[in-house]
Amino acid sequence: MRRTPRDTEDSARKVRRRAFLMGSAMGAFVAVLGARMRYLSVDQAEEFRLLAEENRVNIRLIPPARGLIHDRNGKLIAGNEQNYRVVITREDAGDVEMVLKRLAAIVPLSEEEIARTLRETERRSPFVPIIVADRMSWQDFSKVALNAPSLPGVTPEVGLSRSYPLDTDFAHVVGYVGPVSERDLAGMETPDPVLQIPKFQIGKIGVERWREDDLRGRAGQKRIEVNHVGRVMRELGRIEGDPGDDLRLTIDADIQNFTQVRLGEESAAVVAMDVQTGDLLAIASAPSFNPNLFVRGISQADYSSLMQNDHRPLADKTVQGLYPPGSTFKMVTALAALEAGVVTPDTGVYCPGHFELGGRRFACWKRGGHGTVSLHSALAESCDVYFYEVSLKVGIDKIAEMGRKLGLGVKHDLPMSAIAAGVMPDKAWKMDSYGEEWRIGDTVNASIGQGYVLTSPLQLAVMTARIATGKAVAPRLVLGHGAEELPVPEAPPLDIPAQYLNAVRRGMDEVMNGARGTAKSSRIVDGTLQMAGKTGTAQVHSYGETGIRDNKQLPWHLRDHALFVCYAPVDKPKVAVAVVVEHGGGGSTAAAPIGRDVLLRCLTGGIPPLSAYPAAQRGRIETQFNEMKLRDTGPANPARSRA
Amino acid sequence: MSFLEYRIKTAPTGLRKVLFINWPLVLLITAVASVGFLMLYSVAGGEIDRWAEPQMKRFAVGMVLMFGVAFTPIWLWRNLSVLAYLGAFALLIVVELVGRVGMGAQRWIEVGPIILQPSEMMKFTLVMMLAAYYDWLDPKKVSHPLWVLLPVLIIVAPVVLVLMQPNLGTSVMLLAAGAAVMFCAGVSWLYFAGVAGIVGGAIWGVFHFRGTPWQFLHDYQYKRIDTFLDPTADPLGAGYNIIQAQIALGSGGWGGKGFMQGTQSRLNFLPEKHTDFIFTTLAEEFGFIGAFSLLMLYAAIIAFCVISAMQNRDRYSQLLILGVAANLFFYIAVNLSMVMGMAPVVGVPLPLLSYGGSAMLVLLVGFGLVQSAHVHRAR
Repeated sequence: MRRTPRDTEDSARKVRRRAFLMGSAMGAFVAVLGARMRYLSVDQAEEFRLLAEENRVNIRLIPPARGLIHDRNGKLIAGNEQNYRVVITREDAGDVEMVLKRLAAIVPLSEEEIARTLRETERRSPFVPIIVADRMSWQDFSKVALNAPSLPGVTPEVGLSRSYPLDTDFAHVVGYVGPVSERDLAGMETPDPVLQIPKFQIGKIGVERWREDDLRGRAGQKRIEVNHVGRVMRELGRIEGDPGDDLRLTIDADIQNFTQVRLGEESAAVVAMDVQTGDLLAIASAPSFNPNLFVRGISQADYSSLMQNDHRPLADKTVQGLYPPGSTFKMVTALAALEAGVVTPDTGVYCPGHFELGGRRFACWKRGGHGTVSLHSALAESCDVYFYEVSLKVGIDKIAEMGRKLGLGVKHDLPMSAIAAGVMPDKAWKMDSYGEEWRIGDTVNASIGQGYVLTSPLQLAVMTARIATGKAVAPRLVLGHGAEELPVPEAPPLDIPAQYLNAVRRGMDEVMNGARGTAKSSRIVDGTLQMAGKTGTAQVHSYGETGIRDNKQLPWHLRDHALFVCYAPVDKPKVAVAVVVEHGGGGSTAAAPIGRDVLLRCLTGGIPPLSAYPAAQRGRIETQFNEMKLRDTGPANPARSRA
Repeated sequence: MSFLEYRIKTAPTGLRKVLFINWPLVLLITAVASVGFLMLYSVAGGEIDRWAEPQMKRFAVGMVLMFGVAFTPIWLWRNLSVLAYLGAFALLIVVELVGRVGMGAQRWIEVGPIILQPSEMMKFTLVMMLAAYYDWLDPKKVSHPLWVLLPVLIIVAPVVLVLMQPNLGTSVMLLAAGAAVMFCAGVSWLYFAGVAGIVGGAIWGVFHFRGTPWQFLHDYQYKRIDTFLDPTADPLGAGYNIIQAQIALGSGGWGGKGFMQGTQSRLNFLPEKHTDFIFTTLAEEFGFIGAFSLLMLYAAIIAFCVISAMQNRDRYSQLLILGVAANLFFYIAVNLSMVMGMAPVVGVPLPLLSYGGSAMLVLLVGFGLVQSAHVHRAR
């Protein structure tokens, strides 16, 4: 199409005119955008200039549900229970006093509680909800909910709080949770924001504390819009958190309960352990306390009564308590001597009832002496002189080495609080700790588990399991994490020749089943369940101080500690148990019967059958069992135990 | 034969073309894109390789393309216009078919490493097509109903296809850019007034008869429109982005919180923070001053284009430049209106700032066309 220059010039001019119009319209709209921009980012900000900008939109954290803790069969040890409470908001209530009076007519509220709530509401801003009643029963809670229309400003709320249904049984193992303290925060590099939630609770001791990271979960976030005085206007958004992971412990709640009840009011500790896997089946420290008291906020009176109790209920004696192992240590001395080749199982030693060393006299517990003893009769009758003699030939360093090999003087890795390493002394240790040379008399004392040697009941159980299996079994407390079952670590061999282990095991067998065994009265007669063991009696004071030899005449805190370690069945060991009864007197009388009961409870999966006990004792044992007030530990969760 | 050709000898040739490039425009584009890199770096929390670096690479490729297009004579592009439009249209149909066969709404075609998004390509091929049409058409006939119907069909056909993808944002953009070219070509005011009247009347009718037995739509459709128009009524759903965006804007103040100091975007409460809502981060971190400066940069780009179009005497070049400018303007206007709560949320990115390859490349090619028209204009 041919166009004249005039035509094209015309059309170009027209386009130019339209372009100018369009450009102007665009410019106008840009001006509108600019004005809107100014309004939003300057004028609007000006309008709310009283507000700190962070306060305009707040992020509130939604506390995650804490992971549950189950026993090995899926029974609940630590759970979350619904906490029903009622809050009141002053500005919605109007006449707070009148509303509280009405509320008191429906649910039990003391004058004091009403007065406290009134004070609180007046002190706080009118829109802040104040807790009127906490931990209400479902009945009371629903009554409030039902009568809500006549109770302006009153809101029933449901929260989660930790509960320990098996209260005293697991106080030491699982521990308890409590509100976050300054000290808790000080230890963390970057504290989880969830810890800022008012009244948020974290693990304080035990598994609750040492597996806190697993149990806590991840907080959700809720974004809320607040007005200039901080009142919540509406929720803008929400990011859900993740609940904490559930844990399954190796402990059997029923065995734990049996053990705890069996210990009664004694100041004692028992550790029962699967010798193959290292699974701790029971780990009981008595007396115990109710962890729920701590979750709810323990009263001063309750706390001081716990603190003042000379049986120290708050201490976990199983892993924190350190005791001279006494004669239960003799297996260590024996194995060290055998391995060093200074004795054979048949080497005889004459015991006249005492042992002279450089003018110092070391007594055997049997003043008349045992006569000539070999390794296994020395163990069976717990002859001290035999071990005095051999220890001098082996030397302390080899004994200490053997002790550490068997798990003494070693801090075992468990998610529990204040686990003690104990003391497995040797020459270097004494130089480090006291700046003194090791004396030969120290070796003699150590050979029978006195002197510097200090062990925890847990270590004694590990030692027994290692002797029973010849493997370096390590204790284990966590069986499963979430839905996943943790693999059982393969225990490496101890590297002690089998014949030496067998010699020691034979001695331990003799202790229980030999004619002259120190603990023969606590033997198991059932052939398939027979046990091997070793008693120990650890002196707390020396006879010289009071001149009293008979424990019964001493004040409680000076009496000997009673110890007992055992495993069963003798020929095919399954379970090892260590018992320490503080100031209980003799190991054979105070500790061995407890060890037997717990061992049988582990092996038989129920209340031990009377047929396992010597006929003469059955009547007494039956009464004892009948008097035990065992707890219903709740339903097992088979799905969980299979998982 | 058009006006362009008889003054062809005055157009620069060879390397001399470099001198005739609209350099201020190139500078402005680079400046806006650099703001984009900064913001992408910031919303990624200081990670360069998450969004900023790929975006920079794409920008570099786009710049090369832009200069390539710019150095190619504009008459060549004019002669290719119809072909380009038909090609893009064919690809739209292919995508529609592939999308049907495949799962969900697929909007792109993969050819080896290149991802073709035909709806993006259509943005400028439509403008080219319309400019070529009006270049061919006798200017005296532009308002004749028959010659108005034809460009309307040229616009509506791809719009329908894009709407079916479904991509509401892009189809509205196509419609607007097409209308802008028609307006600039001199189509009578009456047509625009008529369309505005009909659309306004329809909207009035839809709402006026709401709740009466003669209502046009179902109740749930009305509800949808309600939340579409007023997102703040549904703060957790459709309104979430808008509310968050406004909070971010509002918290910027005059000078902003400082680079990398924005909390809204850092806390991940802005889901589209690196794409459609990137402006909020800028406003939060650089405040009104930063946001307004960006707006002025955009205004300058558009102004340079409009001025370039007014300097040009070739009808095709004029309309092409204005079409590209209008397109850019509509994107900016809709995105900013949406972010600032003046318009409902439709998925429209902010040109040169939002993260995304296709849009960036296509826009730079569009600027290449503008430059080509500028370089090869008759003097």
